[in-house]
Amino acid sequence: MRELTYNEAAVEAVAEEMRRDPKIFYMSTDALPPLLREFGAERVRATPITEAALTGMAIGAAGCGFRPIVDWRQVTFCFVAMDQIVNQAAKIHYMFGGQVTFPILYRAAVGGGGKVAAQHSQSPYSMFMNVAGLKMFLPSTPHDIKGLLKTAIRDNNPVISFESSRLMTRKGPVPEEDYTIQFGKADVKHEGNEVTVVALAWLVHEALAAAEEFAKEGISVEVVDPRTLVPLDVETIRSSVQKTGRLVIADEAGPTAGFSAEVAAVVTEDAATFARLKAPVKRVCALQVPIPYSPVLEDHVFPDRKRIIAAIREVLQEGGPAEAA
Amino acid sequence: MQSLSPNLPPDKQREMLRRMLTIRRFEERASADYLAGKIYGVVHCYIGEEAVAVGVCSALEREDRIISTHRGHGHCIAKGADLNRMMAELYGRQTGYCKGKGGSMHIADFGIGMLGANGIVAGGIAIVTGAGLAAQMEGKGGVAVSFFGDGASNAGPFHECVNIAATWKLPMLYVCENNMYAAQTAAAATHALSDVAARAAGYGIPGVVVDGNDIFAVYQAANRAVDRARSGDGPTLIECKTYRWRAHTERRGQPDPRDPGEREAWQRKDPIGQLERQLRDQGDLDDPGMEAMERDIREALEAAVAFAEASPFPTPEQATEDAFAA
Repeated sequence: MRELTYNEAAVEAVAEEMRRDPKIFYMSTDALPPLLREFGAERVRATPITEAALTGMAIGAAGCGFRPIVDWRQVTFCFVAMDQIVNQAAKIHYMFGGQVTFPILYRAAVGGGGKVAAQHSQSPYSMFMNVAGLKMFLPSTPHDIKGLLKTAIRDNNPVISFESSRLMTRKGPVPEEDYTIQFGKADVKHEGNEVTVVALAWLVHEALAAAEEFAKEGISVEVVDPRTLVPLDVETIRSSVQKTGRLVIADEAGPTAGFSAEVAAVVTEDAATFARLKAPVKRVCALQVPIPYSPVLEDHVFPDRKRIIAAIREVLQEGGPAEAA
Repeated sequence: MQSLSPNLPPDKQREMLRRMLTIRRFEERASADYLAGKIYGVVHCYIGEEAVAVGVCSALEREDRIISTHRGHGHCIAKGADLNRMMAELYGRQTGYCKGKGGSMHIADFGIGMLGANGIVAGGIAIVTGAGLAAQMEGKGGVAVSFFGDGASNAGPFHECVNIAATWKLPMLYVCENNMYAAQTAAAATHALSDVAARAAGYGIPGVVVDGNDIFAVYQAANRAVDRARSGDGPTLIECKTYRWRAHTERRGQPDPRDPGEREAWQRKDPIGQLERQLRDQGDLDDPGMEAMERDIREALEAAVAFAEASPFPTPEQATEDAFAA
């Protein structure tokens, strides 16, 4: 199968959908050259740097029958648009009794690793998960980002596509034919039966590297990639933990009230899953600080495969037959 | 001093009066029912400002779109919303415009181009600017109108959106209802310039100040702005100087720091009284005509209240409906 980068797969998804549906248009503070070339300045709009206005204008255009895409670029840039996201986009369909739909895609790059410091590195998706009325996802591969973006563009609700900065140039197989990926469907990226690692985005790849390490020792690690954050595939996560009895959650965001906390909660509040747990749930997250600039500091703040490996060893040591490892 | 009547058929002028009076009577009833505990939460009355909503909406077509503020009943009625469904919404019933999920501050009717009242000051300006962009892309000559207050004119979205609309020549009217108070704070204390319309110069678009209690002045300014928007020349900022007669909200015991003399002076410039007098002077309205109008409105409101009271409350399970669209 041909290979595309994560970013190429994303642009291809948008372009294919724009070809399919003339109601789709794109707004961002700089127009993406390949989209601009193909669709022109009417449908691919370079805008003033006014994320609040763009975010709200998308709501109005969507309510009038269009299907806007707003590219916030860095997720940190959308914080000036929080009223439009939280008070308007998320609530308007429900608050008006469902009388019209608001199909909107918001795109935002998240994560760190770029040595661009705190105002350009953040993974704040749990802030948005907390707001009722928004769907959102965070893909780990070119295949997944393309399929999820196409689903998002066809969805009749505001959807946020969180896209990993670290993965933009990473390549992977992407089918030529049209496909979509259903929201709320986790992907088991590696099957195993002794420990479950639920990981997002770049940390899926770090977890896969950890799984490979453990395979050499004869220890079998399952890597579950939820892909969509809202709706979250609780079923797949719980059944994996019921099988393995051990759970490590790896997230590039900080732990406090984060995605990792939500996963821990949905696992432990379920009696059937809780009964199978052989060890306490372990979280591998960024330190709870703004992301620092200096490489020494930044590398220290983010979790990586080493910390995932250490966490897996810890949960294995908390009793159970694999303790010998 | 009321403007001369524009070249409008008497029927249309009487319809303007009827709509203004409907707004006033609707809100008098809403206020009474709120104080009687039949309407919940909060109610913001538009009484005294009726000429702005009706004057502007009289220059629009059904397909044109507007957005409103937390003080939204007037814009709904001016755009042609159904009184039964409005009242049912205030009463928190299933049959309300929002199935009881919105209340006074969130009535919308997309079918008539009313994109919603909005509980956040300046919250609707970007949304309706998106409707203006939609109208431009649709290419059918539609326009979009943002109603907002003097308070919102100091917030970022106003400036961001007027700049975009001016740059892209969006078919927009930005209608500032300057009632001289942002909640309880005087505009004079928060605006460096006395006229919001003067800010239009900074964006290269026309800015006009009109007497917001003079419905023909409002109508004529809106008409010019609509013509400009429909012919592709872009947005206009219209500032309507007006006054809210009642407190910021209908809450009992809420202090109203404004000078009573100021209110009385504005009440002497009652937009409804002025139009009524003018229609009488023109020979287009007499006592029986006025009485019939009052009676029709009273009956329509009685029917709206009866409809609301007869309508079921939502079931608790409906709280989770419409969380997402299919």
